[in-house]
Amino acid sequence: MKFLPLVWAALFHRRARTLLTLFSVLAAFLLFGLLDGVRIAFNPVSSDAGNLRMFTVSRFAMRGLPQSLASEYERVPGVRQVTWASFVGGYFQDPKNRFVSFAVDRHFFALYPDYLLAPGQRRAFEETRVGAIVGESLARRFNWKVGQQIPLREMLRTNKTTGAKDWTFDLVGIFKVSDQKIESDENSVFVRWDYLDEGSVTSTHQAGMIISEIEPTMSHDAAAEAIDVLSRNSDHETTTMTEQALNRSYFRQFGDIGLIVSAIVTAAFFTLLLITGNVAAQAVRERTPQLATLKSLGFRDVSVLGMVLTESVLMMALGGTAGLALATIAVSWISRLGKSPVPVSTLGAETWLAGIVMMVIAGTIVGALPAWRAMKLKCADALSDH
Amino acid sequence: MNHSKQLLAVLGTGGLIAAACGGWIFMNPATFAALIVLLVAWLVATRPGRLAAAMLGIALSTLRERTGATIVIIAGIGGVVAVLVALQSMSQGLQRTLHNTGDTQTVIVLSGSSTEASSFLTPEKVAIIAEKPGALQDRDGKAVLSAETLGVVRLPKKSSGARGNLALRGVGARAAEVRGNVRIVQGRTFRPGTQEMIVGVGARRVFAGLEIGQTVDLNNQRWTIVGAFESADAHESELFGDADTLGAAFRRPGYQSVIVRLAAPEAFDQFKAALTSDRRLDVNVRTTLDYYTSSRGTLVDTIHRVANVIAAIMAIGALFGALNVSYTTVQTRSREIATLRALGFDAVPVIASVMLETMLLATLGGALGAALAWSVFHEFTGSTFGADLGALIFQFDVSGALLWTGLKWALAIGFVGGMLPAMRAGRLPAAVALRAT
Repeated sequence: MKFLPLVWAALFHRRARTLLTLFSVLAAFLLFGLLDGVRIAFNPVSSDAGNLRMFTVSRFAMRGLPQSLASEYERVPGVRQVTWASFVGGYFQDPKNRFVSFAVDRHFFALYPDYLLAPGQRRAFEETRVGAIVGESLARRFNWKVGQQIPLREMLRTNKTTGAKDWTFDLVGIFKVSDQKIESDENSVFVRWDYLDEGSVTSTHQAGMIISEIEPTMSHDAAAEAIDVLSRNSDHETTTMTEQALNRSYFRQFGDIGLIVSAIVTAAFFTLLLITGNVAAQAVRERTPQLATLKSLGFRDVSVLGMVLTESVLMMALGGTAGLALATIAVSWISRLGKSPVPVSTLGAETWLAGIVMMVIAGTIVGALPAWRAMKLKCADALSDH
Repeated sequence: MNHSKQLLAVLGTGGLIAAACGGWIFMNPATFAALIVLLVAWLVATRPGRLAAAMLGIALSTLRERTGATIVIIAGIGGVVAVLVALQSMSQGLQRTLHNTGDTQTVIVLSGSSTEASSFLTPEKVAIIAEKPGALQDRDGKAVLSAETLGVVRLPKKSSGARGNLALRGVGARAAEVRGNVRIVQGRTFRPGTQEMIVGVGARRVFAGLEIGQTVDLNNQRWTIVGAFESADAHESELFGDADTLGAAFRRPGYQSVIVRLAAPEAFDQFKAALTSDRRLDVNVRTTLDYYTSSRGTLVDTIHRVANVIAAIMAIGALFGALNVSYTTVQTRSREIATLRALGFDAVPVIASVMLETMLLATLGGALGAALAWSVFHEFTGSTFGADLGALIFQFDVSGALLWTGLKWALAIGFVGGMLPAMRAGRLPAAVALRAT
């Protein structure tokens, strides 16, 4: 620790070059941060409550399930409570303002303790047929306030009274998520399933998915089997999966794009690291006479090794921290815009931790060879060279 | 005096870089070739040019002693170009597929909604639409149209085995006539009223089990693939079957859209007016070109922008890397340069040779990066969300124009990365440099 001023002075021995290198490192870690933002978006994780939720959908895409199945599932041993939801589409004002919207059973939020909703607002949703609950991000984006009416256009149901696909809801509550990991859920709207179903030209009594909360002791596979067996060989065969599996199958739809972008950015990150590593290694090589001087002054081999390593790790840490900070700002800005077709959430501790580990590893690799050389340096040879 | 001179130099350099970068963006290959010819002429015919060429020769002959620096420039700039070309080829391929979809002579009629998924048209409405003037008519005086349904099937992908969504389009018997670009390339088309389907060649490349003779399980019914078609647009990612039979299989009566072939593109206004003025209908009428262009712009735009942003960040990193090694090179060669200056070499050949060296390396890097991107991604098959959650399958398109863009980026980085150190080399006072160790 006492050598830190010395390391610092060495780092800024050639100020211009160090600054240039720092900018390269910054660019590399900016990419790293953005990449991790994308990676997290494409690998959705469930909250703890989500691990207890099982989703049942029709084996055949684009078809609904009879809502009456819900009461059958309630009788399955190991199932605590059941609710249902349908994707209903729609946009606000402009077709570009699309978001995820679901028509849900009025007790839906009982299964979602991870959506923080004031008890009064939850009760209001249970009691208001035309009620709607929206996530905080979305409310902020459109400046919605509790108590106002929100008209949605072109939903997937035709309104019996108007003959159009436009519906108006009373905003009765706004929820926040309890876990940063599912922050993108705040861009959704929930309305009452019974209102939409009974108000539709063709009331189908169908739900897109039925959601069962299971006992923590019950295995996912056993629960899925117990539920699916109820409809086997009927005209509405089902597939039951975990929340995480459902989300994954959704994100897989983006297909290779996410995968390819990730692969390319990873390659870019390591290329940049290679460049900076090379430059940093050269900087140390150039200071051979200085290091030799230190050793002839009585610095131990290990101290010199440590100082050179510290210097390269410090370089990576300075540039990397700036880059990650920039990435954090950029990602939260993009997610605030809410217009990205891929949900992005803010970079969390996980990304920073991975980034810091990356900085230390990269700094060590970059510094290893020069540090080793510095340690093995024969003072007389090194000093006489110049 | 000295200060104002320095300020002038800084302003001059900045202006030159800005002007060069501006010119770069709009440069076409012909101008570029002309510049190269001029440069070669200068190197061969004038005295400073010959000196610069001589210095460049010396510099290139010592490259091997500076392997690290050389690799930094080549790998850095090659990386930028590879990333740029790879990502842009994705957005271009996607764009090409989408742009080929739809034309001005076919019209899509939807119930009062803007997407096919949320539209619903009854057979009665389809009959009314068929009577309107403006549509192309066959010999019997019937309108050439196809009433269509759109569903999704989940099938395993060849690559991962995981199930993905594939759009299943129920079409009328005259769908091929209406669209004009649908061509059966293998097998035959489906027979109306039977459980037969034809598959787009794009869908067949990505999804397993879609060869002719194989069957697909739809709502516990077996449908047989009897043919494959090409259309060079988004429909290549779909399955086609008979609309009415599919509607029965899924117990979904009615249609989502009606595709009508117009007598001529000019007949659109007349046709649209006839439909929108009919109070029984309440429909949304657009040319298919308009429909497909507007509904799918955002993803292409996003990818395009992401590609540019990532390449730009990468370029900044590579630029600083290049600057760094060029400065170091000038520094390590300062004695050599000073000796030449003392022998009577001007500043101009010194500057020119340093810049040319960096730009040659940049060109090499750019070419390598472009070649890498081409070899990996040209005609690479990708898939993503299409309309209504079916997959959209497209091929990456590494075009000549894209490779040219990549090369321009490489040269721009080489130019800026070489220019500043070159100026430093040109300004190096000989006496000081010679004395320095």
